[in-house]
Amino acid sequence: MSEPILKIENLTKVYSGGFKALDDVDLQITKGEIFALLGPNGAGKTTLIGAVCGLVRPTSGTIRAFGDDLSHNWRSARARIGLVPQELSTDMFETVRRAVSFSRGLFGCKSDPARIEDILKSLSLWDKRDEQIRKLSGGMKRRVLIAKALAHDPELLFLDEPTAGVDVELRRDMWRLIGNLRDQGVTVILTTHYIEEAEEMADRVGVIRDGKLLMVDDKTSMMARLGRTEAHISLSAPMGEIPPEISEFPVHLAKDGMELCYRGGDGTGLGSREVAELTKALTAHGIDYIGIEIRESSLEDIFVGLVEDRT
Amino acid sequence: MIGFNPRAAWAIYVREVMRAMRTAMQSLLAPVLTTSLYFIVFGAAIGGRMESVGGVNYGAFIVPGLLLLTLLSESTSNASFGIYMPRFTGTIYELLSAPVGVAETLAGFVGAAVTKSLILASIILLTATLFVDYQIRHPILAVGYIMLVASSFSLFGFILGIWADNFEKLSIVPLLFLMPLTFLGGTFYSIDMLPDPWRSVALVNPIVYLVNGLRWTFYGTSDVNIWLSFGITMGFLTACVAVIAFIFKTGWRLRT
Repeated sequence: MSEPILKIENLTKVYSGGFKALDDVDLQITKGEIFALLGPNGAGKTTLIGAVCGLVRPTSGTIRAFGDDLSHNWRSARARIGLVPQELSTDMFETVRRAVSFSRGLFGCKSDPARIEDILKSLSLWDKRDEQIRKLSGGMKRRVLIAKALAHDPELLFLDEPTAGVDVELRRDMWRLIGNLRDQGVTVILTTHYIEEAEEMADRVGVIRDGKLLMVDDKTSMMARLGRTEAHISLSAPMGEIPPEISEFPVHLAKDGMELCYRGGDGTGLGSREVAELTKALTAHGIDYIGIEIRESSLEDIFVGLVEDRT
Repeated sequence: MIGFNPRAAWAIYVREVMRAMRTAMQSLLAPVLTTSLYFIVFGAAIGGRMESVGGVNYGAFIVPGLLLLTLLSESTSNASFGIYMPRFTGTIYELLSAPVGVAETLAGFVGAAVTKSLILASIILLTATLFVDYQIRHPILAVGYIMLVASSFSLFGFILGIWADNFEKLSIVPLLFLMPLTFLGGTFYSIDMLPDPWRSVALVNPIVYLVNGLRWTFYGTSDVNIWLSFGITMGFLTACVAVIAFIFKTGWRLRT
């Protein structure tokens, strides 16, 4: 495993009113990965990002980025980090090009009109370069925020709810963009409400709730460990009890014995194979059925399960 | 961590100056119009019937005071709005997440506020020549003192812009404290004209020392010791820098 680009240890944030937004969080991010932080509203996602980016003062704990402790050597690390905030916060009276150029200067980079042009073109903003930001649509404004965050070519990019409130087409564009960034070696940490987004893009997923990081795992491992297959087999005649021939399968009866329910597997296809075995066993033992409904659990089910388990 | 990011300071400076240019009517023309009205009323209309003060024609006597009146209010409001607006709109996130410390922030925001104040001072002095006849005895010292006052009150405005959490607070200090103190600080009169105990009371007003400091660079006369004026101005500037350094160190009103 490569050296972590970001290492967070025992990070706690208690706001002045006593609200604990982060509770002893440990997290390591590897260079080049896409990490999705999932959690309900108020879970601490934005606070975590804010603590790394200098917007929030941690109560305790350490944050190291690129090997530097951010409480001391923040300048060099911040120059390599980009942030796309959740809110559409930008100078609405500024033009797109000037706003993006300003961001580049703010991060200490030499003026480079060609690079700004590349960034604006990659985000389909070039035609709008001389427009005031206030005249752009919501989706375009979000693109401007991304352009501003990319203006200094960050190696670590935080995207706080990047696709909140954008249409499907723009969301797909964003995903493509994030994929391109990964190809260029940029490490991306994103928070999202859309499980589909994490499922689509992330290499690893973290689930946060009430300021605690409940789980961090490789997406595939998480699906394998917590994923399940559910099958509902409608029987042609009611069954009084589970016959011994199929008792080895994780099944139970429902709907007054008219439905045989399977719940098992591991999210990597084991469940589907077992359901196939189960149906063969039913046929072999003369148990007739008239329909099968099968469903693999998604990352969303896992997320909801994790969050609800701790409620 | 020690360091300086000159490109960031320049980026902030240029953006702030451009922002003032976008609102040139409000930033430049409005103060010039107000000051011109003062010159017409107090300089040309009333001033013609007044005796000279300390050997200086009354119309000319009020030029440094009026200049200071505008400098104090504009330096304060330019710098306070400069930092308050990003806080209000949320764009402060970019500044806080960038490799930018107190030095770059002050160089950018306060530098731009000082620049605007100096442009304004030049326009006001040019405008004054249309209404009254005046001369500047120590022009280099006058420019230096104007820069010192503009810097001090831009720093003060910066603190105000960080302290304020609504628009009312932003305007209450200039309106309720700065403006009355400036009017009572000898802008339109010499405090030697005041009977006791009001003369003694006036000496408690720090603006008296600023007005007299600037007036000395114009006409070589002052109601108070010029070194005391200079010392108070420097002391105010140092106190503002110390408060801002504390704000950045603790993140007060900037970082949650």
